[in-house]
Amino acid sequence: MTVKTEAIGKEWPATTYEVGKEKIREYATVIGLDNPVYFDREAARAAGYRDVVAPPMFAVVYSSPAVGPAMFDDEVGMNFAAMVHGGQEFEWGEPACSGDEITTTAKCLDISEKDGKGFYIFETNAVNQNGDQVARGTWTLIVRGV
Amino acid sequence: MADLNPGDAIPELRTTPDKYLPHRYAGASGDFNPIHIDPEFAKAVGLPNTILHGLYMMGLVARSATDIAGGDPKALKRLSVQFRGMGAPETEIVVSGTVKAVDGDTVTLDTVAAQGENQTIRNAEAEVQVA
Repeated sequence: MTVKTEAIGKEWPATTYEVGKEKIREYATVIGLDNPVYFDREAARAAGYRDVVAPPMFAVVYSSPAVGPAMFDDEVGMNFAAMVHGGQEFEWGEPACSGDEITTTAKCLDISEKDGKGFYIFETNAVNQNGDQVARGTWTLIVRGV
Repeated sequence: MADLNPGDAIPELRTTPDKYLPHRYAGASGDFNPIHIDPEFAKAVGLPNTILHGLYMMGLVARSATDIAGGDPKALKRLSVQFRGMGAPETEIVVSGTVKAVDGDTVTLDTVAAQGENQTIRNAEAEVQVA
């Protein structure tokens, strides 16, 4: 069996996510972050942010909903039972703050096969309500035994 | 930030995720894949037990990288990781790293997250603006 490659270049509809102060608190607490810019509006503003700011890796929270439909697309045809998350990259631009509305699009960059494994690479591009890029993500998913 | 030079070690980050950490991370992130929260499911698919979310461990790597810039989130410009080993709850995670390159205000770090000999994240490369 070989991987299907017709989904390379395919893009999926954008998802939107409104960043909330309490969600930032919840995420930052789990990661063990203690900088008050994640919890306290005044501290965030004093540090030059518009509002409580999201930790960089909060990018997964607003970007993941865009990746889901791509992963589950029949044209991509991934076997989830044999899938592992192989690698992840983010590049950050404008910080995401509480109250921001983030729009994320997902695109299939590549599908390939090597040594009996399928490599599925997706890109997400997240922009805020002003059109500023917030985070660009590259998601590498590996399926064993294709 | 004090002067950083290629080859310098960055401060280690150590944390031991408790049994319920994956549940809290699932809630915080929205990733409720049962391999992270349901021991019976995890065992049924051949895992020894529930495993940590890779992106949780990447969150710790990001925390360690921003720490060299005083914890300022906007200092982290880029982070790229490879997930290699599976992480387990109730086992200490050590994030360690070295400075790979310094170019003006931009420091590139090479970081590893490990539980004992098990390197769960390897080849983590972070670009941090330290000015």
